[in-house]
Amino acid sequence: MNNVIQPARKIKGGAKAPHFKRTAEMESVVMPAPEMVVIPMQQHIGAPCKPTVKAGDNVLVGQVIGDTDAFVSAPIHSSISGKVKSIGSILLSNGKKCDAIYIENDGKGEFFREIRPVEIKSKADLLAAARASGIVGIGGAGFPTHVKLAIKDDMNVDTLIINGAECEPYITSDYRESIESPERIIAGMEMVMKQLNISRGIVGIESNKPQGIAAIKKCLEQNTSVDIDIIELPAMYPHGAEKMLIYAATGRQVPMGGLPSDIGCIVMNITSVSVLYHYISTGKPLFRKRLTVDGGAIKEPKNVFAPIGTRISDIVEFCGGFKGEPTKLLLGGPMMGISQYDLEMPITKQNNAIIALTEKETFVTLEQPCIRCGRCLCVCPMSLMPVTIERSAKIGDTAALKKLSVSNCMECGCCAFACPSMRPLTQYMKDAKNILMRKGTSK
Amino acid sequence: MSKLVVTSSPHIHDGRTSRSIMLDVVIALIPVIIASAILFGPRALLVVAVTTAACVLSEYTACRILKKPVSTNDLTAVITGILLALNLPVSIPLWMAVIGGIIAIVIIKQMFGGVGQNFVNPAIAGRIVLLISFASYMSNWSKPFSYLNSSADAISSVSAVTAATPLATMEAGGELPSLINMFLGVRPGCLGETCALAIIIGGIYLVIRKVITPVIPLCFIGTTVILTWLMGGDPLYHLLGGGLLLGAVFMATDYTTSPVTTKGKVIYAIGCGVITSVIRMYASLPEGVSYSILLMNILVPHIETLTAPKTFGYKGAE
Repeated sequence: MNNVIQPARKIKGGAKAPHFKRTAEMESVVMPAPEMVVIPMQQHIGAPCKPTVKAGDNVLVGQVIGDTDAFVSAPIHSSISGKVKSIGSILLSNGKKCDAIYIENDGKGEFFREIRPVEIKSKADLLAAARASGIVGIGGAGFPTHVKLAIKDDMNVDTLIINGAECEPYITSDYRESIESPERIIAGMEMVMKQLNISRGIVGIESNKPQGIAAIKKCLEQNTSVDIDIIELPAMYPHGAEKMLIYAATGRQVPMGGLPSDIGCIVMNITSVSVLYHYISTGKPLFRKRLTVDGGAIKEPKNVFAPIGTRISDIVEFCGGFKGEPTKLLLGGPMMGISQYDLEMPITKQNNAIIALTEKETFVTLEQPCIRCGRCLCVCPMSLMPVTIERSAKIGDTAALKKLSVSNCMECGCCAFACPSMRPLTQYMKDAKNILMRKGTSK
Repeated sequence: MSKLVVTSSPHIHDGRTSRSIMLDVVIALIPVIIASAILFGPRALLVVAVTTAACVLSEYTACRILKKPVSTNDLTAVITGILLALNLPVSIPLWMAVIGGIIAIVIIKQMFGGVGQNFVNPAIAGRIVLLISFASYMSNWSKPFSYLNSSADAISSVSAVTAATPLATMEAGGELPSLINMFLGVRPGCLGETCALAIIIGGIYLVIRKVITPVIPLCFIGTTVILTWLMGGDPLYHLLGGGLLLGAVFMATDYTTSPVTTKGKVIYAIGCGVITSVIRMYASLPEGVSYSILLMNILVPHIETLTAPKTFGYKGAE
């Protein structure tokens, strides 16, 4: 109880990705709100929000500006105070279009008047708070947290796992959260565990984050009323992948196509649980994000609190601008992040890093023939066969793709990272999944 | 702001390239080449150079004729050339060595799609074609160090002092070299197969550099040693006497023609060992390593299908 323990299981495969955690010691700084923010109405998986304000309206920080009745969704709040300039369509980096609200800053930074602490007496209160806080997961998909927490009583969820692995290179925003506000993390866990009747709590942190482990450990020593352990994960990518984290922490495998709750686990990101508690204790929703701004092309790497909807160019400018020409600009880490084509793209709830790579750091794929070395199999944490999947995908053999369980691929990038023939295998895996999905829907 | 590169993730790479892997294989082969030159004289180097040149030139020409990107830079043709030479007797007429190289690269490799597509090991196929076509030249074994005594120019002339390989001697009956000589390679045989020491050094290098895992060599060698012993042979002479070590370390581990799954590697290597043992003990041939690898190469796609790993979470919670 309340100990630092070793993982229950060793995960298979994984990539020895470099760490590059040079912003680990940099305390987060709050950047001044920019002149204008662009807030897309789709920052999560599920139904997009509809704007609840119109052009010309005055909005305040934390005010709901987009919402929907759909269950799988999360409300969107204004991140600055000011005037709604316009509502227009925006092309997101994932290739989808949605509405976006353009807000001009009035410089006052005034909070919405209805912001006040929330009292949590029941599970329903917690779920309502989780929804109202606007929190979504940061694992790429942006799964709304209140949906994740809405487990049925007969599901026997007994373990809450907090994901502080942060295995992506460069990124240290979760690490900073664990150093700067460990008490919020523990308090948030306590609340979730109590309301959802979960007996065991686990915080998974990679061993290259000793200060985070120490901070949380210290917090736990002062609070012995709950059963929370810290698991010191090996510092190897992809321990932060949900399924890998659960396996390492508990030895349970999420069944193919299933959810963590199927095996009695709920996984929350370390920052998400902290922000959730922050919302409950202050009423301030998710209106800003801590981003690690790093990479060789950034003049002053930093951990920055930026209002959601801030354009990348404004954040980079706050970090001293570019050092030379950036060749590649990523939202997220270099293993799973999405490369951007436009500096005017706003950051969303799911983002935790902006990485600008120089020409030297940019790895150029000069695809060569596969030599069948089998490295992609060795590193695949899901025990898939990328080499065979690629061949089946190229000839459109859906039966084979199904048999090869390509839908279990989580696109962690290990296969392409390790491929000596520089083949974009992760992209082929995505293609293969799309082929399967298209065939599945056309039938 | 100039252009931003947009690609699918991941955006970093571990830096290991196919070429660096192939370069490691070439490096691992150097001790074997040096040993062959010491044991069989400078002509050994000439044979290596000729087959390598034949393979690289064949690769270049084939790529140009087939209008494919020229792949000589990836060093795979160099490896095929060296391995082919190491599987030939030192006395092989050079034009035969060239034919072996052409067959290996043009017919076996390029005509089936080039690197990564050939269904059998090119060097082994080249050797077998030569063995069948020119049986007497291919089993004309020189005694080690006999080049020191021959008066004529050591490079051009073919040594007259010939002898049987230990495996042939075992079948026919006769005096065998001591085990220490066998280990050091002082016995008749193909260029690269005799010096166990050099092959083991190369093999250890490959394992340390993570080019290969020890699964295939260990299973192949282990199976052969145990089976030949059970069938009444002398396991140590079977271990050191033929092309087992060279085949198990450098030929059976060829990426393209061995399974990518670990279970598959075990099955494949045991299969190689079984076929080698049966040929050595019961067939009319003294040696069976090449045939065993060739036959198991052909089974690789099926072995792979049967040994596909079960994906994470395939049957729910453990």
